[in-house]
Amino acid sequence: MKLATKLRIVVLVAAVAAVELLCRAGIIKAFTMIPPSEMALSLWRLVAAGKAHNDMLRTLSAVGVALFASIVAGAAAGTAIHSLPRVRRTLDPLLAAYYSVPVFVFYPMFIVIFGLNDRPKIVIGFLYAVAAMIINTLNGLDRVAPVLRKTARVFRMGPAATTFKVVLPCAAPYLFTGVKLAVAYSFIGVVGSEFILSTGGLGYQIGFAYHDFNNRTMYALILFILAVTLIANMSLHAWEKVLLARRGLL
Amino acid sequence: MRRPAGVPRMSEAHVVLEGVTRMFPREGQAPLHALGPIDLELRAGEFFGVVGPSGCGKSTLLDVIAGLSLPSAGWIAIDGTTVGGEVPEGVGVVFQDDASFPWLTVWDNIAFGLRQRGAGAAEIAERVTRALALMGLGDFARAYPAQLSGGMRQRVCIARTLVLQPRLILLDEPFGALDQQTRLLMGDELLNLWRQTGATILLITHALDEAAMLSDRVGVMSARPGRFLEIVETAWPRERDSRIVASSAFGAITGRLWSLLRGESLKAMQLERRAE
Repeated sequence: MKLATKLRIVVLVAAVAAVELLCRAGIIKAFTMIPPSEMALSLWRLVAAGKAHNDMLRTLSAVGVALFASIVAGAAAGTAIHSLPRVRRTLDPLLAAYYSVPVFVFYPMFIVIFGLNDRPKIVIGFLYAVAAMIINTLNGLDRVAPVLRKTARVFRMGPAATTFKVVLPCAAPYLFTGVKLAVAYSFIGVVGSEFILSTGGLGYQIGFAYHDFNNRTMYALILFILAVTLIANMSLHAWEKVLLARRGLL
Repeated sequence: MRRPAGVPRMSEAHVVLEGVTRMFPREGQAPLHALGPIDLELRAGEFFGVVGPSGCGKSTLLDVIAGLSLPSAGWIAIDGTTVGGEVPEGVGVVFQDDASFPWLTVWDNIAFGLRQRGAGAAEIAERVTRALALMGLGDFARAYPAQLSGGMRQRVCIARTLVLQPRLILLDEPFGALDQQTRLLMGDELLNLWRQTGATILLITHALDEAAMLSDRVGVMSARPGRFLEIVETAWPRERDSRIVASSAFGAITGRLWSLLRGESLKAMQLERRAE
């Protein structure tokens, strides 16, 4: 294990231990926050009792759909925009300014269009994630050396084979950055939407527990979301490191 | 595509270029005349070197012969078939820039073209193993290009071309990024491969000694627009290696090449300064 990894673990453990001590000592009131160990215990009980299964499934499947759609659509749109330099010149400033648009404000409009079901929050998750995927696809494709495209022509490869066998594999580490961001943004979009107007899902249940002064459920569910996003992100990060190491980029 | 109707069959040479010219359109300016007209015949199995001042259109010449770009005028035929728009079957190209695929191992890089062509597993294994041994890469089959030196990566690219057994190999300054000693040794390997495969080789290089050592004939190009000023016969035996650089004939050939090129190189420098 590298020293940086050890230090990271020490900092994390120390931070959790400090919160635990502050909560146990009563410096942080139970009304505000419960100790991390109790959060973990509450989550375990919640999972064991099966009380949150439906909401977990609902949120995770909505995130999954938004994520998958944003990866596919973002990579396809990025590839298409990259092949049309004039379109790219037009869209570049819009993509750069994209995150200044608070997509959540469109939630009521999406409910009118798609109904009071899971689709509006999937659309919001998708809209948050897709721009990251497009931007990173463009970034990745910019880094494909022209000589590799020429090599594909020497191998008499058509446009589709060139894209799938040369261009996208070459851009893979940069697409991976897009996927990592898309995971985070689709979670933000879906869970954030559930807080506002949804009828179910983890965001809704966290909001409900908050209004009900049910700190145990609220923190257990927050911990669950943190754990899922952290595990997803760390797994992708580990895979990304393997790809980068193969190319001598680490 | 066959030679256009009305275009006479000029010779039985492997590669024929007639009146090949390349212009590049420029916005708001007259088109840039980069190359030609070029008339050239390459004999089957010969090693032909091309030297010229920077920016004279050497790489443009390679691109049009390979079918990577179309000539603005004139035509190119390989074995009697006109080249147009796409790289003809049986033509291999090695570029100056590292073109190894960084996401594939050395083995998979070399097998790439064979897989693309739909070769069977046994054929791929046999040809790749042979190419690895030939290029001295046997111990690096599972390595990724990033783990290799620049010279080894270039050998991977050469091996990837050779496994397809091309009849015509076009080399665009393949040793440009290597040091002098490695270039001489790579030159020896290239001569070996050339003798073993019997392919026709066209080598673009800026190094006069490399052209003089490797080639049967060396075409000397003028400053832009690049045309052949003279084609110098080296008269080397087919069995040769880098030791010929110590011979007096080698000095005479490089001297001849430099005397042809000196004035053109000065012209090219002036053109570059004007462009700045």
